[in-house]
Amino acid sequence: MKKTVFRDQHFLFWIIPILFLLGFYFFPMASIFWRTFGTGTNALTTNQVNWTITGKAIGFTFYQALLSTFYTLLIGIPASLLFGRFSFRGKNILRILSTLPFIFPTVVVAAGFNALIGPNGWLNLLLMDMFQLSTPPIHLLNSITAILIAHVFYNTSIVIRVVGTAWEQLDRKIENAARMLGASPWNVFRKITFPLLFPSISSAAILVFLFDFTSFGVILMMGGAKYTTIEVEIYIQTMQFLNLKMAGILSFIQLFFTMLLTFISLQISQGKQIPIVPVIGGEGSKKPNTLYEKVFVFIMAVVLVILLVSPTAALLLKSLLSYSTKDLSGVLPSWRLSSENYSGLFINDRQSLFFVPPITAVKNSMLYAAGSMVISIMLGTFIVFGNSSAGRSNKWIDLIIMLPLGTSAVTLGLGYLTVFSTSPNSIRWFPVLIPIVHAIISLPFVIRIIQPAVQSIPENLHHAAVTLGVPKHKLWRIIDLPLIKGPLITAAIYAFAISLGEFGATSFLARPEYPTMPLAIYRYLNLPGAENYGKAMAMAAILLVICGIAFITIERLQIKNKGLNSK
Amino acid sequence: MKKTIFIFAAGLLLIAACSQQPNNLIVMTHDSFAISEAIITAFEEENNIKVVFLPSGDAGSILNRAILSKNAPVADILYGIDNTYLSRAIDENLFEVYNAPLLAEIPDEYKLDSKNTAIPIDYGDVCINYQKRFFRENNLDLPTSLKDLTDPKYANLLVVENPATSSPGLAFLLATIAEFGEDGYLEYWNDLKENGIVVVNDWETAYYTNFSGSAGKGAQPMVVSYGTSPAAEVIFSEEELVESPTASLVEKNMCFRQIEFAGILKGTKNRILAEKFIDLMLSAEFQEDIPLNMFVFPANRNAVIPQEFLDNIQLPEVPAVLETDKIAEMRETWIGSWRELMLQ
Repeated sequence: MKKTVFRDQHFLFWIIPILFLLGFYFFPMASIFWRTFGTGTNALTTNQVNWTITGKAIGFTFYQALLSTFYTLLIGIPASLLFGRFSFRGKNILRILSTLPFIFPTVVVAAGFNALIGPNGWLNLLLMDMFQLSTPPIHLLNSITAILIAHVFYNTSIVIRVVGTAWEQLDRKIENAARMLGASPWNVFRKITFPLLFPSISSAAILVFLFDFTSFGVILMMGGAKYTTIEVEIYIQTMQFLNLKMAGILSFIQLFFTMLLTFISLQISQGKQIPIVPVIGGEGSKKPNTLYEKVFVFIMAVVLVILLVSPTAALLLKSLLSYSTKDLSGVLPSWRLSSENYSGLFINDRQSLFFVPPITAVKNSMLYAAGSMVISIMLGTFIVFGNSSAGRSNKWIDLIIMLPLGTSAVTLGLGYLTVFSTSPNSIRWFPVLIPIVHAIISLPFVIRIIQPAVQSIPENLHHAAVTLGVPKHKLWRIIDLPLIKGPLITAAIYAFAISLGEFGATSFLARPEYPTMPLAIYRYLNLPGAENYGKAMAMAAILLVICGIAFITIERLQIKNKGLNSK
Repeated sequence: MKKTIFIFAAGLLLIAACSQQPNNLIVMTHDSFAISEAIITAFEEENNIKVVFLPSGDAGSILNRAILSKNAPVADILYGIDNTYLSRAIDENLFEVYNAPLLAEIPDEYKLDSKNTAIPIDYGDVCINYQKRFFRENNLDLPTSLKDLTDPKYANLLVVENPATSSPGLAFLLATIAEFGEDGYLEYWNDLKENGIVVVNDWETAYYTNFSGSAGKGAQPMVVSYGTSPAAEVIFSEEELVESPTASLVEKNMCFRQIEFAGILKGTKNRILAEKFIDLMLSAEFQEDIPLNMFVFPANRNAVIPQEFLDNIQLPEVPAVLETDKIAEMRETWIGSWRELMLQ
């Protein structure tokens, strides 16, 4: 009996997430694919398929995703060193600020970038003024550069969180030993640190790659009409041509590549055990001492501020400006500071039925995000423990878990409709389904973030505890939980952020009585007029501030925990 | 904890599967739907029901939903199919016939469905908006035809939306096809391309990022938008405006008229209430509430149009017209050819 306890528990760990994924992912997907490819779909006929455009879309999807991932890693890896190894003033704030981009609806990011680097953006106006130019010198919008910048802006934080955390937990003794034996710092990095970090780098890389691979809003809004990806084609085939068959084929292609790439990434990183030691946070980082270190910390912090913080700051500033569209012959467009955008949010001018009071939108978004966070953390923890306690992780499970990331939001949304929208009354349950969809999308993140930490827990800690008389069912709470609390909190932040920013699948399930913040922003931007534009910016700024506060609160839990442990 | 999730998930599936509540009238709409609360509340009280609105994306998206759930409709009424999708909806046999009495007050030009399954509710024009100040300050004449836009003096001044991803973008493409014919429109677009036309994917980007006449202060003084946008600029301005900063170009075939329809979905269990709701939508009270909420014109000829509209909106005398059957049949081909030409 005693011997089988562990096995049985594993089975229990498994059954819940598996049932959840079956019901809320595989069932809807199977249903929509059956509707698409199965019999009796004559109504949804395919016209001729334009393979030229499709082929181009596939090619460009890979091209931009590879480039985006490359640049994200290029910024992200040094940034991970910064966060993983150094302590400096403002570190926590900078970490939170660099996570914030993750939550933004693309339409808002586009507005932020436009305010900074657009043809009439502040940077161009400044340069034109300084050098007496007649035309704006910077042309970045509607180009592949804009797509790449936006992807780096969105995804660098993934690398910082995944690789930075691993770096923090790397056993420094090995590096120190090598240094003592006379290896140069570069050689230590090349021969020891990098290989040890490789599994987490490849883990971050595949997450970033899949995000870029299925990117939709960024391609549409930053790239302009010239660029198309598989995800964009799925959207066009579904929404414009009502050609579900073609959309289904494309969805399939996308899923196939997701599987293939995840598989390759798992192959590469497999079998390389990471000798990370469970570290109580902050232990591994030190103040920059040498000149090199000081310069590095300074430059890296400046780069992160320019790249990740400035668009956010631009947006905040924009929300505080009042826009004059008055038809006067002024030289420059006239702006002035005011809080009108914010106060305007509270006024329902037309007594409209769908007026969204900002408090309601904030409350709903928070509820969805909290729900999604709880569900994905619970499922993620179950899966990771079920998966790793046996000593090795099951590749097939890893593979299956990544599927939602490579799934088109449009396809998943339609799948939910065919399965859960079966009668006029079923729509009442849409609000409950939203955090569930968000949890499924967040799951790959949660797992990728906690898995390395759980695998690093030495088995002998358990043995020792058991020998000392700790009952088996308490092992988790006494040993495992405190050791993985850090990654668990990082994962929670991501689950929260993904839910707040997600718009694709949600738009299929949204109910006007339960509007979210992104939904409210889109509603304002739907109409012309300076007032609507200002309100959208104000709403986005509120989203920003609320998320900042939420992140700080979640991070605080971690700091408190550290305090407890280090006493 | 495990138990809780289990019960939660199982319960959810169970409840979602069963339960009936007869006193709801469900109206599936596009996302831009808006109306005064008082009108709906009065209707609810009078009929002792609750009206539930289900905004479900744009016209294409709601049509998709309706087709996918044809056998077990989730709503009683569908509102928001436009004339570019109309024949698809009719072919799919989505709607029940309803010869609403108030159809007598709707001009014939909007009744595109002779069987009265799809009932016209409102219409609006997609036109090019221009920033008045730019043209005044640069002493530039306004273009008076689509052809004019290929003139080098308008080089780099126009931003349009991709017809594959945007409904005003598609409407503008259809206007050019109406003007130059199926044989000539690609040549025209080629000229536009050589004249530095800017193409973006969605109306929000075109209007707020690229158009110089909006609060976004972009670089192009002309944008494909709606005929009512100049009125919206006045109504939603941040300070009192005497005159709109923008106006529309409304010469022959420069605007495409979008007509929006509502219909009673086949399989509804609320036929009588659904009829009443269609009657409400066609009534003067509802129709007069439409303009300032959705920025389109009421289809009912007896509805009074608000002064802000009359003051700031230019109405096209000859909007571009294409047969709805033709649009449904050729949509993919036209957009496909356009993309191959423009997006290389």
